[in-house]
Amino acid sequence: MEALVAALTVFVLAVFVGFEIITKIPPTLHTPLMSGSNAISGITLVGALLSAGSEHSELATWLGMAAVVFATVNAVGGFMVTHRMLGMFKRRD
Amino acid sequence: MQLTLINFAYLVASVLFILGLKGLTHPRTAVRGNLLGALAMLLAVVVTLLDQRVVTFEYILAGIVIGALIGSAFAARIPMTSMPELVAVFNGFGGIASVLVAGAALFEATDLGASSVRFTISTAASGIIGAVTFFGSLIAFLKLAEFVKKSWSGGAIKMLNVLLSLGCLGASAWLVIEPGSYEAYWLAVALAALLGIFLVVPIGGADMPVVIAFLNSCSGLAAAATGFVLGNNILIIAGSLVGASGLILTQIMCKAMNRSLGNVFFGGVGDAATDVGSDEEVYAGKVKSTSADEVAMLFDTARRVVIVPGYGMAVAQAQHAVRDLANELETRGIDVEYAIHPVAGRMPGHMNVLLAEAEVPYEKLVEMDVINPSFQQTDVVLVIGANDVVNPLARQADSGPIAGMPILDVDKARTVVVVKRSLSPGFAGIPNPLFAADNSLMFFGSAKEAVLDLVAAVKES
Repeated sequence: MEALVAALTVFVLAVFVGFEIITKIPPTLHTPLMSGSNAISGITLVGALLSAGSEHSELATWLGMAAVVFATVNAVGGFMVTHRMLGMFKRRD
Repeated sequence: MQLTLINFAYLVASVLFILGLKGLTHPRTAVRGNLLGALAMLLAVVVTLLDQRVVTFEYILAGIVIGALIGSAFAARIPMTSMPELVAVFNGFGGIASVLVAGAALFEATDLGASSVRFTISTAASGIIGAVTFFGSLIAFLKLAEFVKKSWSGGAIKMLNVLLSLGCLGASAWLVIEPGSYEAYWLAVALAALLGIFLVVPIGGADMPVVIAFLNSCSGLAAAATGFVLGNNILIIAGSLVGASGLILTQIMCKAMNRSLGNVFFGGVGDAATDVGSDEEVYAGKVKSTSADEVAMLFDTARRVVIVPGYGMAVAQAQHAVRDLANELETRGIDVEYAIHPVAGRMPGHMNVLLAEAEVPYEKLVEMDVINPSFQQTDVVLVIGANDVVNPLARQADSGPIAGMPILDVDKARTVVVVKRSLSPGFAGIPNPLFAADNSLMFFGSAKEAVLDLVAAVKES
């Protein structure tokens, strides 16, 4: 139970930080925000690495590896496409 | 590496994620912000590989190489009009990764005989949210890519969704009571998959921005739930940042359509019977058609022009022609701005990206609340491929699907020129009295050709 409360504390505080920052992001950048934050949700990769790398059972390893592929697509693709998009936003010269 | 050090590195990565998002608050710092986010991800991955629990690397390396190749291929090639499809697919991938990680964690924990209530509840949550995200995104993708065009709605689907939600809860309860039962976990995942499918199936094209934003939020929450499963703070923090971001965007989109999230998912468009008049009553004898030369003459005497782009402009790939027209007008000393409605395009901010790609400077893109008061001082408004977002009927309480929706007040301008193929209605399916207003001129034609004609006519005059 102790661990649950500790995790909840981190969760709730992070949600507040998220709200504070995201509300300041202008509508012009909402699409890059979505693709960029989407890439951040690829953080599941960390969990996937732990499952795929620990020699526990074969099934867990395979599940983990599939998760590594999906999460890497999400993270790498997300950051790259966001970078490509943001490069298009220019000021008037 | 020691666990303490790893956790410290996770803290650094969390801070970098937050700073990265903070960078996105301005176009000037946004590129650096995104790079900070990528750096944080890299740091988190590298220190995880140093974890003692990670003993084999072949699978991991293979997985990362495959994933990186697929991801970068997508990212480099996708056209900007298809951005919503890409984000939908990536959302889904994040979701399914959570399902798999939680599943793998369940196998390990059961074998080790260490499952607390926290563990089972969060495993169920991770599997359910992840599956809803993946299968919901899949349907959203199929709809956005127009593989599926129909929307099925009705009481039966609503009832089914309630039953599926209850089923998910039941399966979770089973998992909590019997922590070792894989069947319970995969049953919850299967029911959640169906729930994801049937939640998105009834949703029509106009509501897609809401759905994409909502699924974005879900993909973050799924990652956070996986963090609860593994007791891993970086997953919880990064996941909840994304969850919050998606939730805010969902809220903004809902507000821009004057609908609640529940209404989007369970209401269905056009439920309320309305009497706004038939097309003929609204348009008969009042619609004035115009030509490129006539519009060029209007521009001749204009000092301020506002362009209102809609999704129709993007479909016709007319954004480059529109930019040329704006440049041409600016060299004649005319002040040109773009009015962007929050739901223009298929996802939040989509129109801004499409115009940025056509090298329209971002300062020229003005959001609805800022530009609305200025329409009274605008000589010519050029509406290109937009319809419902400029429909004055939205100001009337009884106008059905768009009642109360905030709109761009283009009818307040001196002259409104509407570039459109025909008088056909938009997503809302109701006529638009703007087209028949005294100060409106219809310029019939496809967006791209019409704008190219305008550019030529302006150059000649």
